[in-house]
Amino acid sequence: MSAQVSASRGSVSAPPIMAIALHDGFLGGAVALLFTLPLVGFRTVEALGGLSIETRLIEVAVSVVLVALGRFALSLNRQGLSLPVLAGALIGLPVSALLPFPTMALQLISVVGCVVIGIMAGLRLYAQRSHLTQTERTQRWDRFAAHIQDATFWLGPVAIGFAILLPLMPFADRRLLDIGILILTYIMLGWGLNIIVGLAGLLDLGYVAFYAVGAYSYALLAFYFDMSFWLCLPLAGLLSAVAGLLLGFPVLRLRGDYFAIVTLGFGEIIRVILLNWYQFTGGPDGISGIPRPSFFGLAEFTRRPRGDEVAFHHMFDLDFSTLHRMIFLYYLILVLALVVNFFTIRIRRMPLGRAWEALREDDIACASLGINRVSIKLAAFSISAMWGGFAGAFFATRQGFISPESFTFLESAIILSIVVLGGMGSQVGVVVAALVLIGLPEWFRELEQYRMLAFGAGMVLIMLWRPRGLLAHRDPTIFLHKRKSAHQQLVEAQARQ
Amino acid sequence: MEYFVDQLINGLTLGAIYGLIAIGYTMVYGIIGMINFAHGEIYMIGAFVAVISFTILGLLGITWVPLAVLVVLAMAMIFTSVYGWTIERVAYRPVRASFRLAALISAIGMSIFLQNYVQLVQGARVKPIQPVIEGGFVIMERADGFAVNVSYLKIIIICLTLFLMVAFWRLITTTELGRCQRACEQDKVMAGLLGVDVDRTISLTFVMGAALAGVAGVMTTMYYGVVDFYIGFLAGIKAFTAAVLGGIGSLPGAMLGGLLIGLIEAFWSAYFTIEYKDVAAFSILVLVLIFRPSGLFGRPEIEKV
Repeated sequence: MSAQVSASRGSVSAPPIMAIALHDGFLGGAVALLFTLPLVGFRTVEALGGLSIETRLIEVAVSVVLVALGRFALSLNRQGLSLPVLAGALIGLPVSALLPFPTMALQLISVVGCVVIGIMAGLRLYAQRSHLTQTERTQRWDRFAAHIQDATFWLGPVAIGFAILLPLMPFADRRLLDIGILILTYIMLGWGLNIIVGLAGLLDLGYVAFYAVGAYSYALLAFYFDMSFWLCLPLAGLLSAVAGLLLGFPVLRLRGDYFAIVTLGFGEIIRVILLNWYQFTGGPDGISGIPRPSFFGLAEFTRRPRGDEVAFHHMFDLDFSTLHRMIFLYYLILVLALVVNFFTIRIRRMPLGRAWEALREDDIACASLGINRVSIKLAAFSISAMWGGFAGAFFATRQGFISPESFTFLESAIILSIVVLGGMGSQVGVVVAALVLIGLPEWFRELEQYRMLAFGAGMVLIMLWRPRGLLAHRDPTIFLHKRKSAHQQLVEAQARQ
Repeated sequence: MEYFVDQLINGLTLGAIYGLIAIGYTMVYGIIGMINFAHGEIYMIGAFVAVISFTILGLLGITWVPLAVLVVLAMAMIFTSVYGWTIERVAYRPVRASFRLAALISAIGMSIFLQNYVQLVQGARVKPIQPVIEGGFVIMERADGFAVNVSYLKIIIICLTLFLMVAFWRLITTTELGRCQRACEQDKVMAGLLGVDVDRTISLTFVMGAALAGVAGVMTTMYYGVVDFYIGFLAGIKAFTAAVLGGIGSLPGAMLGGLLIGLIEAFWSAYFTIEYKDVAAFSILVLVLIFRPSGLFGRPEIEKV
């Protein structure tokens, strides 16, 4: 129905469509001009006797043209002229790939813009043929998410198997393992934060505080008391959990935005204290020489062990390789992350986990049903903090050096965006998001400087497109009759509407 | 005593700047109930526009100070207004109907985006400018030679802030736009039914908040003489603290909160430790939210089921 309407409107009243699109394009270009003129057009550079200006008006002109064209194409597409837009995008793609742009960023924007507009026009054409409305398209995506949810039943073990076998592969070199460890650390942090954000529905903007408490606990205990990693790991988790309790108490009464801002404040307070308590934490210099983990206290990963220590490669009769320690660290974080995942999956079936999800859905109803909000919020806060602390201790032992630089608000935002992008409450979503957000930029190091830019833009776009996250799916944890697959439930629920 | 007066003047100057930023937070929260996390970045962009404009004017040879300052203020207000309008249009309006935290997350994304955008196009290094307004007069002098010096710049900052406050207060209380705004604040649906263009009113709210933040950015540039892409984060948090302290949604509250935060920061730095001045601001935020979430002038939020 809607397709026919828009198609007929397209053929009958062509001039107004063009007029609207031109107007939109012109407006977009004007905004782009004002947006880029001062900041892009006039770059301040340090010169003798103060600042000087370097003009880059060509860049401004190119970005204005790009935005105007893009807005024009999107406007045409929205009004039903998808075919010419698709053709235009297909022509524009090779042109923008070959044309000599003043900077690489603009070329990238142009290419990506062509691809996105092309996909949107293509989807529009496809959707018109199958008579889909906007709601139906959202539902279709929901169903896709539900399919993924069901597929984890077999996809999960396959992914875990792959993760276990990865270090044994012949192509597993230092770089790959390094990236693997990094991604797994973020997966663990994402799963940890998912408890409080995804399950309990409290937006925590200061999660990095607990990460920092864990890292500094281990580093300081090792530094002052010469304690080993295996003794410190549980202590770091415990201390973080206590920190979570202490910080949780005052914020219990707050909800929504205020809660988020106060947790952000706590995160910053902890960072500023770490930065300025020079005698205890080393201030901005951080703590270096943090001991590496031993093989469960039995053996060390060194070539020539000191004193009565045993070397790992002697113990198993291997040739010495520095990769051994990497592989061990990789398995360590894999196990830690899987423990968090297993814990979350199990606790969702328990009264506490169900209470969290009830709290997320409606906290007044939750209180009316006799759930003690104070204790379950505190539990969510401290358990989530504990996992953050474990991850922090691991981070400290992997890096061998920590400083407050590693625990800025940006880090919290990255972990949060992993949870948000993946879909709050979705365990698979966290993995996918961590692979995309951490893995991709790590692999394309050249684009390092655009990474955070893309991060910010990505967070906004996800909120506009699918506010609950890519793979968001609310899976009931209790069933009156027999358990159905997520997909089945969704289809039934959508049929009822 | 002399030292106290000196810090009092510093605190008032700082507080004027925070107060101007806080108005943007408080108005946006009042009207759509979200924390505009990217507001600090708009202030930062205002400061950058000021640095760029001052440098260009210097290169063009326009050195008559009143003209230069007026041109820079106008530039900063125009460009930050565009930023404010665009951010609302692109990142907030589409999620207004969505669940509550979506807008906040979108705002955080916008804030990260703008910060890195400025870092990318202007460089990460600190940008210094020459002092624009110099000179001042001594109002008190101690026996050991410590003099309380009131610079003209501080007087200009405080006076300009007062002027803007009064103008803004008139705007909200007497004009049609102000009435629309207060109507939307109370009930958007009802205001819409009665013929108020709600979208336009919200857009204009963002534009006005952004323009005031732009002025604050110009003042910071002139006051400190250095700007970098990261200043928006801390200033934003402190201004938000000011807005909460004064009672979010209340304009005089935002101004008073700004002054209080400025004074607390100045005296904390002077009499305790300068390193922990940011902790002081954060602690006030936490304490106010816990013990008096409605602030000094705010109405308590009543929850209806």
